[in-house]
Amino acid sequence: MNVWYTEDHSPGVRFSIKLERHLYSGQSEFQKIDILQTTEFGKVLTLDGLVMVTEKDEFIYHDMIVHVPMATNPAIKKVLVIGAGDGGTVRELTKYDSIEQIDMVEIDQMVVDVCLEYLPQTASKLTDPRVHLYYEDGLKFVRNKENAYDLIIVDSTDPFGPGEGLFTKEFYGNCYKALHEDGILVNQHESPFYSEDALGMQRAHQRIVGFFPVCDVYQAHIPTYPSGHWLFGFASKKFDPIQDLDAAAWNALGLTTKYYNTDIHVGSFALPNYVKEQLTDVE
Amino acid sequence: MTKYSQDKAPIMEALNRYKSMRVVPFDVPGHKRGRGNDALAAFLGEQALSMDVNSMKPLDNLCHPVSVIREAEELAAEAFGAKHAFFMVNGTTSAVQAMVMTACKAGEKIIMPRNVHRSAINALILSGAVPVYVNPGVNSELGIPLGMSVDEVKQAILDHPDAKAILINNPTYYGICSNLQAITDLAHQHHMLVLVDEAHGTHFYFGEDLPASAMSVGADMASVSMHKSGGSLTQSSFLLINNGVSEGYTRQIINLTQTTSGSYLLLSSLDISRRNLALNGKDIFRKVTEMAQYTRDEINKIDGYYAFSKELLNGDTVFDFDVTKLSVHTLDIGLAGIEIYDILRDEYDIQIEFGDIGNLLAYISVGDRQLDIERLVAALAEIKRRYAKDKTGLFDHEYIKPQVILTPQHAFYAPKEKLPIENSSGQISSEFVMCYPPGIPILAPGERITDEILDYIRYSKEKGCFLTGTEDSKIETINVVKEEC
Repeated sequence: MNVWYTEDHSPGVRFSIKLERHLYSGQSEFQKIDILQTTEFGKVLTLDGLVMVTEKDEFIYHDMIVHVPMATNPAIKKVLVIGAGDGGTVRELTKYDSIEQIDMVEIDQMVVDVCLEYLPQTASKLTDPRVHLYYEDGLKFVRNKENAYDLIIVDSTDPFGPGEGLFTKEFYGNCYKALHEDGILVNQHESPFYSEDALGMQRAHQRIVGFFPVCDVYQAHIPTYPSGHWLFGFASKKFDPIQDLDAAAWNALGLTTKYYNTDIHVGSFALPNYVKEQLTDVE
Repeated sequence: MTKYSQDKAPIMEALNRYKSMRVVPFDVPGHKRGRGNDALAAFLGEQALSMDVNSMKPLDNLCHPVSVIREAEELAAEAFGAKHAFFMVNGTTSAVQAMVMTACKAGEKIIMPRNVHRSAINALILSGAVPVYVNPGVNSELGIPLGMSVDEVKQAILDHPDAKAILINNPTYYGICSNLQAITDLAHQHHMLVLVDEAHGTHFYFGEDLPASAMSVGADMASVSMHKSGGSLTQSSFLLINNGVSEGYTRQIINLTQTTSGSYLLLSSLDISRRNLALNGKDIFRKVTEMAQYTRDEINKIDGYYAFSKELLNGDTVFDFDVTKLSVHTLDIGLAGIEIYDILRDEYDIQIEFGDIGNLLAYISVGDRQLDIERLVAALAEIKRRYAKDKTGLFDHEYIKPQVILTPQHAFYAPKEKLPIENSSGQISSEFVMCYPPGIPILAPGERITDEILDYIRYSKEKGCFLTGTEDSKIETINVVKEEC
């Protein structure tokens, strides 16, 4: 059998993964959901034909979206996760005994149900007693919260389709309002490399900058995302991700991580010049 | 009339047949199915350009329809419950003008509320008809003009028994309806025609539990903006006639000003949209009503905004309310509607229909997605959080009773002089001043300019309303009627 899954990474670039089996295909109210069994990347979740997580490289994304803010402020107790239907972000958060409550808001229950069945590697901790699942629009949920969270993680799809509302000024403003006075907002920040992704990345940065005194961007290498070069946004009312990092304290927790460590934490905020330029252009 | 089925779309079908015949075009338009204009074809799409064709036997002629356009008109008439429906390709403006000019000749009177769209007063300039204005009711809390009270209409009829017709907005831009049935019956008792501007009321013909439509109460003519809630292309519209209004005479009036090259893109969009509404209108407008109601409820949870609805009903000047309209009163958060309109666009990439002094209107339609509704509500909540201020000093009314001195036509064509607008108080205006949208004149030709009106114009400018109507595009000078007239 010689069947390949192919995704357009830009109008002129394609990325292909060899398939073994198509395990699941369904259409929810919001998007098309597929689970693929691949030779190289294990099981893969795609939404509307775009790779969201693979068993082989999901650890990079989930380590970086969770441990960077958690190491910056170890006192975080109440977390809101928006999107993240695969459960990987929640899995990393549950490693911290100090977290008391995790509210997860995913618009599409079908994504969660499919991941619980096919991707236990990421979804296994969604049943943790500290986790409260809400199946509703993230923008609507956060609009009704005020001074309620220490950390908001926006683990969204791309800025078109169901995730559109999570890249808007009204959303970031509402997140600001929903955070405590020392709150942190971390978001999936698209890629600086291909021009369409870069435009989404710049727009996201432009819209966050107005609200938070600390507004940084950090990076990781994620092989199955377009260009592999991916960014995260770190916006905060008080904590600086490098100055306030207490590496010894985090290391003393003894958590096992496959990608994140406190050196990478600091290093990931060192950005290439072309990315710096894209960011300062919109500040 | 019932020989057709509403699932037909005769103009669209004729265009498809014509395309499949692969006729060689040695007629206009000169782009020849787009082949002669690559850039235009690339921009609008080859399919669209292949349908941009000329009137001819297989496709009928809008000026004198005998085949497929005729059939499409009859289908539309059936769908709207009218005696006849005309396809209009120059906007609902042209339909309103055709109504007024069909009903009234020069010097004849027409009763109308003053808060009509500029197109109605333009028709008076063209035709020389004389307006008898009925002041609309005003809600002083919201500052918006309402519908006409039946008693005021009755008084106008008794004072002007020679009037030929009465024009009614159904609904107003804000969604407010007069007692259409009572006013129609009253007018008919006095042998006046009832003309209805339904630029914002297409859906009344197809949805359930919506206000009464003009044809349903036996009105004589109605102008229906199919391109607003009906889904057809911008500029396309229907003119409906009923009762004893002559189809032939109405068409002659339409042909006075209508193009002889009616666009088949517009015509087919009317045809396809009529079919869609006739077949699916109930479902479509149930969905729109639900979305509008959800949005209204969510906006009303944000303290300070007031998205109004049927609680305004008072049995007369607010006889009914169009619940698909999302009109929001904003003054209680200390911002004019026009200011929020600008912030939504400039900062949140959200374009709404209009904002005026005290209100904004977001247009909800079948094309909206739930996630976009959430964006609108969230942005309004944010604007309140970030910009709300004290409301003192905000203007609070949208309607100033006019002092009509001359007819619009007389004033428009009279000898005139140009004055700086701030020095014009006491003069008679020769031209319009209005904010667009909504396009309801603050000042119409023939009306006295007062200090109150000048204050209102200055305030609207200051708040960022887009003012228009005068010869001077900056609205710094105004043409007034010379003294000796």
